[in-house]
Amino acid sequence: MKEIIQYFKDIAFGIKSLIKGMRVTGHYISRPSKIITQQYPENKETLQMFDRFRGEVVMPHDENNEHMCTGCSACEVVCPNGTIEIISKRVEMEDGKKQKIIDKFVYHLQMCTMCGLCIPACPTDAIVMSNDFEHAVFDRSQLTKILNKPGSKIMPGIK
Amino acid sequence: MLYDFNILTDNIHQYLTGVLPPVWVMLVEMALVAVAFLTFFTLLGLSLVYIERKVSAFFQLRLGPMRVGFWGTAQTIADVIKLLFKESTMNKYADKFLFNLAPFIILTAAVMAVGAIPFANGLHALDFDIGILYVTAVSSIGVIGILLAGWSSNNKYSLIGAMRSGAQIVSYELSVGLSLLTIIVLTGSLQLSTIVESQANGWWIFKGHIPAVIAFIVFLIASTAETNRAPFDLAEAESELTAGFHTEYSGMKFSFFFLAEFANMFVVAAIGATVFFGGWMPFHIGNWAGFNAVMDYIPPVIWFFGKVSVIIFIMMWFRWTFPRLRIDQLLTLEWKYLLPINLVNILLMAFIALMGWHF
Repeated sequence: MKEIIQYFKDIAFGIKSLIKGMRVTGHYISRPSKIITQQYPENKETLQMFDRFRGEVVMPHDENNEHMCTGCSACEVVCPNGTIEIISKRVEMEDGKKQKIIDKFVYHLQMCTMCGLCIPACPTDAIVMSNDFEHAVFDRSQLTKILNKPGSKIMPGIK
Repeated sequence: MLYDFNILTDNIHQYLTGVLPPVWVMLVEMALVAVAFLTFFTLLGLSLVYIERKVSAFFQLRLGPMRVGFWGTAQTIADVIKLLFKESTMNKYADKFLFNLAPFIILTAAVMAVGAIPFANGLHALDFDIGILYVTAVSSIGVIGILLAGWSSNNKYSLIGAMRSGAQIVSYELSVGLSLLTIIVLTGSLQLSTIVESQANGWWIFKGHIPAVIAFIVFLIASTAETNRAPFDLAEAESELTAGFHTEYSGMKFSFFFLAEFANMFVVAAIGATVFFGGWMPFHIGNWAGFNAVMDYIPPVIWFFGKVSVIIFIMMWFRWTFPRLRIDQLLTLEWKYLLPINLVNILLMAFIALMGWHF
């Protein structure tokens, strides 16, 4: 008797769980406005990428053409595949002291896996990940980028 | 009857008998029916593949094919052209004759089954006295094609897939047959046109009370299994057997398997619609003459394809919701649950029919 009751209980439980699953998928199909997929090249103007999307490493500059990179090369050390190469130079400041500043912040996009380890490694938050994902170029040499703009210098007060 | 295709077919017949000798009349009519069915089959395959892809996309919050034609409507035509250009490769150690024969057996079985389905009043190619028996018998010929494909490919995956498919279809054939028999108890006839006529005052799923509903649910589950569709797609099981019995096939031969799968889905949906939902019969309620007359204005072809597409949609819903069963779970479901329920259900239905409790 017990087994017979269990048999029908099993059937009822099975039907219940199947209907639960079908309700979930039915919920999705009855809401076509919530479709995640986007028609990419057509919506290029209105495309909104997500904040946490990792496109490429960029170095933000302010209106005085100043960046925050001290050339400490913490990002170069932490990068797992040698994407970042920092070429620094020593210059004499106004007060006579010698200071190390960056000459070129070389970023090899073709080697970057967008892991984003360099971003938290930076002590001065000089580099960030941008949302730009259209990296296709016609020549490989264009993928080697210099992130600090020509003539830029370090923001005063950053050490 | 508002829409009667008998007038059309009679006119064609009379015209042909006027201009041709009787033997030629028969041959020309056969050719006409063949052309009509092949056209229908092609359109069915093309549209069902597109619908399946779109429905699956919407179930998974995707858009599906969007590029070729408006909303991707020409996608399947592009796919067919691609398949036509593909090389038809063959395993070196395959059994060449059986390998080439298998897709045709599967497709032939599907076409033969479609031939017996009543699409509308008078739009019915083969009206046997034993229509239901014929359709269930013919649609199970397809398993021979699957077994041949698996055996002749000389591939372990194909053979395992084919054997699974054999075990599955042999078991689930029983449930399909018995669930249809539950309604046959009420109709008292196996002829599909008679079954449709008997539902002029209401569909069997309403007239047959709870046993009819149970029979329909069992039929839906068993027929999904019989067409080898997910969650019962063990014969293909992409994650385990690459593609099961059609692993070694390419090009048009592969597309024959694909087409046959969709045609079989249409056949079981059409049988389900005919037996449980009145086929092309409009929605009638008992003696409400006014309501019935309004319903009669909707053409029977629309009724038929509407019902069929609802059942096909439910089968797609199954496919994109449930995970695949293991082979032992599959056989447990059939032999321990569906079959006993079905046997008790058919007794219950016989009792109801005996007492005259159905409408």
